[in-house]
Amino acid sequence: MEAWLFEIPIAVWIGAGLALYMAWAIGANDVANAMGTSVGSGALTLGSAVLVAGILEFAGAFLAGGHVTDTVRKGMLDMDLVALRPEFLLYGMLAALASAGTLLLVATRYGLPVSTTHSIVGAIVGFGAVGLGLEAVAWWKVTQIALSWLTSPLIGGLLAYLIFSLIRRLILDRERPMENARRYGPVFYFYVFFIIGMLTLFKGLKNLKLDFELPEALVLSFGLGLIGAGLGWLFIRRVQAGPSNGDHRFRRVERVFVVLQILTACAVAFAHGSNDVANAIGPLAAVVHVAQEMDVTGKSPVEPWMLGVGGIGIVIGLATWGYRVMETVGKKITELTPSRGFAAELGAATTIVVASRLGIPVSTTHVLVGSVLGVGLARGIGVLDMRVVGRILVSWAMTLPIAAVLSVFFFYFFKGLLTP
Amino acid sequence: MPLISSLFGRSPIRPMQQHMEAAVACAREVLPLVEAMAAGDTAAIAERRTEISRLEHEADEIKNEIRSNLPRRFFMAVSRRDMLEILDHQDSIADRAQDIAELAEIRSMKIPEPLREPMFELVRRVIVTCEQAERVINRLDELVETGFGEGEVARVEEMISAVNREESETDAVAERCLRTLFAIEDELGVSTLFWYRIIQWISEMADFAERVGNRLRLLIAD
Repeated sequence: MEAWLFEIPIAVWIGAGLALYMAWAIGANDVANAMGTSVGSGALTLGSAVLVAGILEFAGAFLAGGHVTDTVRKGMLDMDLVALRPEFLLYGMLAALASAGTLLLVATRYGLPVSTTHSIVGAIVGFGAVGLGLEAVAWWKVTQIALSWLTSPLIGGLLAYLIFSLIRRLILDRERPMENARRYGPVFYFYVFFIIGMLTLFKGLKNLKLDFELPEALVLSFGLGLIGAGLGWLFIRRVQAGPSNGDHRFRRVERVFVVLQILTACAVAFAHGSNDVANAIGPLAAVVHVAQEMDVTGKSPVEPWMLGVGGIGIVIGLATWGYRVMETVGKKITELTPSRGFAAELGAATTIVVASRLGIPVSTTHVLVGSVLGVGLARGIGVLDMRVVGRILVSWAMTLPIAAVLSVFFFYFFKGLLTP
Repeated sequence: MPLISSLFGRSPIRPMQQHMEAAVACAREVLPLVEAMAAGDTAAIAERRTEISRLEHEADEIKNEIRSNLPRRFFMAVSRRDMLEILDHQDSIADRAQDIAELAEIRSMKIPEPLREPMFELVRRVIVTCEQAERVINRLDELVETGFGEGEVARVEEMISAVNREESETDAVAERCLRTLFAIEDELGVSTLFWYRIIQWISEMADFAERVGNRLRLLIAD
């Protein structure tokens, strides 16, 4: 054993282990929601979906997983109060990871709906309020986050509703849908590439030193969108024209959306990687920082190795368990044709991009569910089981308090364990 | 963790189409049945009855499956109640075919000469009407694919109007049948009553086909 290994505080080991576990759980369960729709519509095979998801989740976590991490790390607690007892933050963040991890374990075991985002936020509020005192919690910020859990699926749903209505009006509901797909398809390609541009370029690729301010990012994304529109135009031309009637009338049109759906699914996976990895990495960053410097005020960048832990955890989760979940998801979602999948995922991707750029941790899954419902409300999907919406509301109401209580318990546990 | 997939229920649209296919197959079987009745071939009548019963049973099973797979918590592009009502009308087509076959066999009915041509014509018209309604039901896929877009709705409404036109023509032929029947009612005696029932049942199949269309028209209009 190298000597430096022994210099790493025990708290960091525990923190890294718990963060890895959290990331594993995210990869095992959550990722299937982002890519599963593409498997279901037949846009991607299971194998390629797992591969693409692995690459993009890791890339998202590693390259762009910074913003939300900041919020999770210090946005929710009053740092001036925390500075008085820095070690409490350490115990607390370990407690947050432990309680979120426990919740996930139990939830997965019993098939209960739990969002990693919700459990981490609940846990931080829990130890903050008890360990540091009620006034240490930035209640306004917490309220803002909790409200975003209600609004983000609504916004995702509204966007998906509008996008699908637009697809219907411009392309599907026409005498010759294929001709209209040729005409308007590039517009959708433009939008997708624009979103991908905004996702990555606008303060996105911090870790590659490729982050741009809003005006530059807008211009560059616009350019990327134009390139995308051109590529889309070329692609659609290749989807053969020919007689457009009978059974084949929509099958060829749907092919125009296959590529779009794959691209948006990739954007969702990337956004998911950058957004949800924060749940695992944010607390870890705080733990490491406090353990090494006993100081919470200084600016501590999220180090690449932490994002690496998150990214690798997600990939392992995907490889060990996630591919099976994705297969199940894909098999069940056969109703979702590429045009629907595209509308839903684009609505979700847009919402997640905006939310994570604002530093608000939202649940990717919940946004996606909202978007699918939006398409359903536009009469785009045959049958939707509304039970899931009920489950989400229950999860929303239950996860916060349970995570908070668990985290108080773990807070005292780690306090007892680690107090020198 | 809520998986996206638990959001999707099984769509009843394909089963609805299969059910309609079976129901219309029953209606189609009435033609060879009536031909056998014209020839007074009891063996052939029994054979047709068996076939119609088989198809009707098949339709019943699909119907039950659709019903048990449409829990109330489902949010559907087409409302659950409308769907079940359409299903009932489709089912009535098969039921009527079975009623006709049953009576034809139990009472060994032989069509009197003057009634033959008008009855053949009636059955053919009814089958055309039912097949048109089946085409409408087969467009449910496209309706869902276009998200009930105005253009597709207009096209399907046009097809439903065709069902309406076919049905009025069927009515006219049915009237001719009845006039022929009542012209010979003195020679037929009590049989008149049964022939009256059979002619009614045959033309009712077209009525139910029309109701399938009309119900769908209401459903896609909102």
